Parts: sequence; structure tokens; C-alpha cells
Amino acid sequence: MTTTAPPDDNRVATGAALDFTPKPGAAPATRMILAQAGHEVRLMLRNPEQLLLTIVIPALMMVLFSGESLVATSGPGKRIDFYAPGLFGAAVLSTAFTGLAIATGFERRYGVLKRMGATPLPRWGLIVAKALCVLCVEVIQIALLSAIALAMGWKPHGDPLAVIVLVVLATGTFAGLAMLMAGTLRAEATLGLANFVFLLLLAGGGVIIPLSKFPSGVRHVLDALPISALTNGLRDVLQHGATLPWANVGILAAWAVAAIAVAARTFKWE
Amino acid sequence: MGQPAVEVTGLVKRYGAKTAVDGLDLRVQTGTITAVLGPNGAGKTSTIECCEGYRRPDGGTVRVLGLDPVTQGEQLRPRIGVMLQSGGIYPSVRAVEMLKHTAKLYANPLDTDALIERLGLGSAGRTTFRRLSGGQQQRLSLALAVVGRPELVFLDEPTAGLDVQARHATWELIEQLRRDGVTVVLTTHLLDEAERLADTVAIVDAGKVIAHDTPDALSTANGAGDTEIRFTAPAGLDLAGLLAGLPPGLTAAEQPPGAYTVGGDVTPDVLAKVTSWCAAKDVMPQGLSVGRRTLEDVFLDLTGRELR
Repeated sequence: MTTTAPPDDNRVATGAALDFTPKPGAAPATRMILAQAGHEVRLMLRNPEQLLLTIVIPALMMVLFSGESLVATSGPGKRIDFYAPGLFGAAVLSTAFTGLAIATGFERRYGVLKRMGATPLPRWGLIVAKALCVLCVEVIQIALLSAIALAMGWKPHGDPLAVIVLVVLATGTFAGLAMLMAGTLRAEATLGLANFVFLLLLAGGGVIIPLSKFPSGVRHVLDALPISALTNGLRDVLQHGATLPWANVGILAAWAVAAIAVAARTFKWE
Repeated sequence: MGQPAVEVTGLVKRYGAKTAVDGLDLRVQTGTITAVLGPNGAGKTSTIECCEGYRRPDGGTVRVLGLDPVTQGEQLRPRIGVMLQSGGIYPSVRAVEMLKHTAKLYANPLDTDALIERLGLGSAGRTTFRRLSGGQQQRLSLALAVVGRPELVFLDEPTAGLDVQARHATWELIEQLRRDGVTVVLTTHLLDEAERLADTVAIVDAGKVIAHDTPDALSTANGAGDTEIRFTAPAGLDLAGLLAGLPPGLTAAEQPPGAYTVGGDVTPDVLAKVTSWCAAKDVMPQGLSVGRRTLEDVFLDLTGRELR
């Protein structure tokens, strides 16, 4: 053991010579954010539970429901034209709400957020990176679901820009609600509740069951849910060729502002 | 030297009704290794976390590299490295992946392959964090703290749970950090670690620094320069008989049973008399040693011996 080695003593025979001489500095913000977003996308796509939730379940539902008449559809037109927009909504919900809530809940529990707080990546940078990660996974989901739907004879209408507006506003809403849940509840409670809410909204959010099947009193309440505004809005555009469904965009925008504001006030990093 | 790397003055930190840190002062000179020692609950981690910007002080001031860790955190964080007590790493992340990702957050990171090799993590590179051994997890945490080439690192119990080889490898790395000009602040429970590594040792108890000096000075000042003869032998030796044959002013004690110390002005002659007394009784003084009081003795004297 050499405790008195002079500074230039190259006694680290094994391993390359390392020079720890301080040379501190943060990487440029965009590089940090892109690195963090890429890191989170890789982790999310590697997690089997997340893949089941975000990719496998929506894709299976697309194939099963659109192929044979398992659930009656509303109005004329092909079954796929009804289900494709609904399942895009389910895909956005699974990633921006359920997946994000569960991942963030466990990151808080494992101290990952605390550790990130010691790196040069600022908190706002971490939030931007998480948003990019969610949007990136959504692009993958919608591309995959679109491919399946097109193969099953789906004929989309409308303006893709309107779809983007709806998806981005819904993502903001769901992510705000996810952070609200993950930032205040224990990780296990978040895991259970996020999955439960996902199932409830699949049933009552116009994803697979047309909202017209509900009694009108209930229907008015369900129409105001963000998931219903998303699925209704997507159908207005993709099924009926609307330019921009203002009512649903308005509902989503209001939800997004409220959810993000409440989450920002309640979120605890540790 | 100039400005100290860390300057904590009158720090107070409360959690509800409990005061964890109670007027603590600490100065860390640039380029040194400072060990913060103290019993569990003494306020070590709270103090370090105030320096890292995780906690807002309830009183006093904290300056790290001349900056306020709470209000100037964005400027400070690229310049410091932090090793937390418990990983803070997602269980499904692979070791190398985590290190390479963290390196991307810095402008001039170390070569990650060399660092992996240096810390003996080469075989664990593709292993996920949850499958790493406790010691490998600790070493990865250390790597994450130094990869950004910081000026100052805070290491919270860097060798907890390490085996002997890994502990020595970690000590050598920490010593190289100092040689290369990095300031190191570490907390530890291990007195031999503090004694071997640290330039200065700050002993914290009940939220205050109760002693801060070099390990040598601490041992000398608090033991009045006394040396001791220590040995183990069958319990119940006749200590009064032993003292009768020694010069006046010496003390002899048996605590716990079978562990003997002879203290005071220990000269070679005293040593010879103790061993011939043992020889006359046909007692072998096992593990016989002559030495200064250790840092452990000083620590126990200062912080009390009761369990908490």
C-alpha cells in the first residue's frame, strides 16, 4: 500500500491512467435534455409491463375489436373507422398518464429524482426531457397502430395538424394528472390507482364503447372527461373530416392548464 | 489556499419539533480530505444535504465554492459531485449505461471505460443495477460522483458495505482525487477510514461540530499524549499486584474482562516490567501493543459510550 506516492507516480498499473484534475462544467442544455430523453425512452421501451400497457394492449384491441363484431358501433361506416381514433386515445392515455405516473412514482421512491437533482440537468430540463420521452413513445405507438389500422382497411380523413393539436393538449393533461398522482402518493398506490383509472377511462371515455350508449345525464359528465374530449375530437377529425373540433380542443386546453398548475404546486421531488 | 471550499456558519436545520443541526460550523480547505464523523442521528447527513442544496437551512449560512447551494444551485451543481447513501439509480438501468448517460450531462467528463476499469466494474457493465452486488452498487455511485470532473465531491459513507479489497480500491481512488486537486468531504462510521484518509476530522454530535482537527492532533489533544500498553490475557489478573511493581502514576484497567490496558507515562522500562510480571505468572500477553490512544478512543470519549 503506497500512501506516500508522489503525484506523478504512475502506480496504477492495472487500468488506464485517469486524471481527476478538476475540469467542471455542464453540457449545453439541449444536449443534456436530449440525452435524458433518449435515456428515458430506452428505459421505458425495455420495461415489459410498460410495453404491455402501451403497445401490446392497444394493438391487440385494434385487431380484435375491428375485425369481428364484438361491440356494436355507432352510426354508419366501417368498424375500424370508429376504433382507430379511440385506440389512439387509449395509447396516449397509457403513455402520458399510466406509464408516466408509475415510472415517476418509482423514480421518486428509488431516489432517482433526488440523484438527478445533483447533476447539472435542471428540474425544468428534466421535465422537458420527460415530455419529449412521452411524445416520442406516442409517435411510435400511433405509427404502429396506424399501420395495423391501414392494413385492416382504415381510411382516415381530416387534417393531421388537428390530430397533433389534440394529442399534444391531451398529453399535457394526462402528464399533469400523472405527476399529481406520482408526486403525492406512495409508489405502490400510484401503480394500483393509475392502472385502475386507465381501465375506468377505457370503459367510460369513448375508447371502445360509444358514449351514445350511455344515458344522456351520464353522457354529459363523461363528455367532459379529457379522454372523451380526445377520442371525440379524434373521431371528429379522422372519421368525420372536421378541420379543428373547437369544443373538444377547448375542454382539453382547460384540463391541461388546470392539471399542470395543480401538479406544479403539489409535486414533491423526494 | 484563499477561499475555503465549504464554509458553514451557525447552520440550523429542524424537522418539525426535532432539531437535527444546531448551530454547526465547518470549514473545509480546498484540496483536502475532510471526514465528518459522528454517531447515527448526529446531523451529518442533514449538514451534507444542506451543502448539496437538497435542504434549505432554517438558520445560519452555507457557502460551497463561494456559492449559496439553494439560490445558486444551477451554477454550483456542475462543479460538485455527489454520492448519496442509497443509490438513487433505477433498478433496470445497466451499470455502464448509467455512467455513460451521466457523463453526457457534463462538458468534460472522464473517460468512462477507464473509470469502469479502475473501479473494477468491467465484468458488471451490462448488469442491471438491481443485480449488482452491494459493493458494485457503491462503486457505481462513486463513479457517478466523479465522472463530471468536479472540484469538490461529497461522499456519504463511500465504503459502507464494501469488502476489504473494494474498500482499499476506494481509498486509493479518494487519495488520488486529493492528489489531483479535488476537495473531498466524506461522512463515515469507520474510524480507521477517517484516520487513514482524512487531513482533518470533524466530529459531529447532537447537531454541532464538537472537535475538528487533524487525526493526530485529535488523538494527542484528547489523550494528553498518553501512551498505553494493551494486551489480552485470562480474565481476573491481580492488577493491584501489577501496579505495585510499577513506578507510581501509572494506571491499570481490565475492561472488558480479559482486555487489559496500562496507561500513563509508559517507558521501555515499564514495558519490560509488565512483561516480566506476566512471565512470572506464566501468562502470555496476547496481542501486546504499545501506542497512542486511537481516534476511536477519542471519539468514544467525546461522544459518549452509550448506544443510541
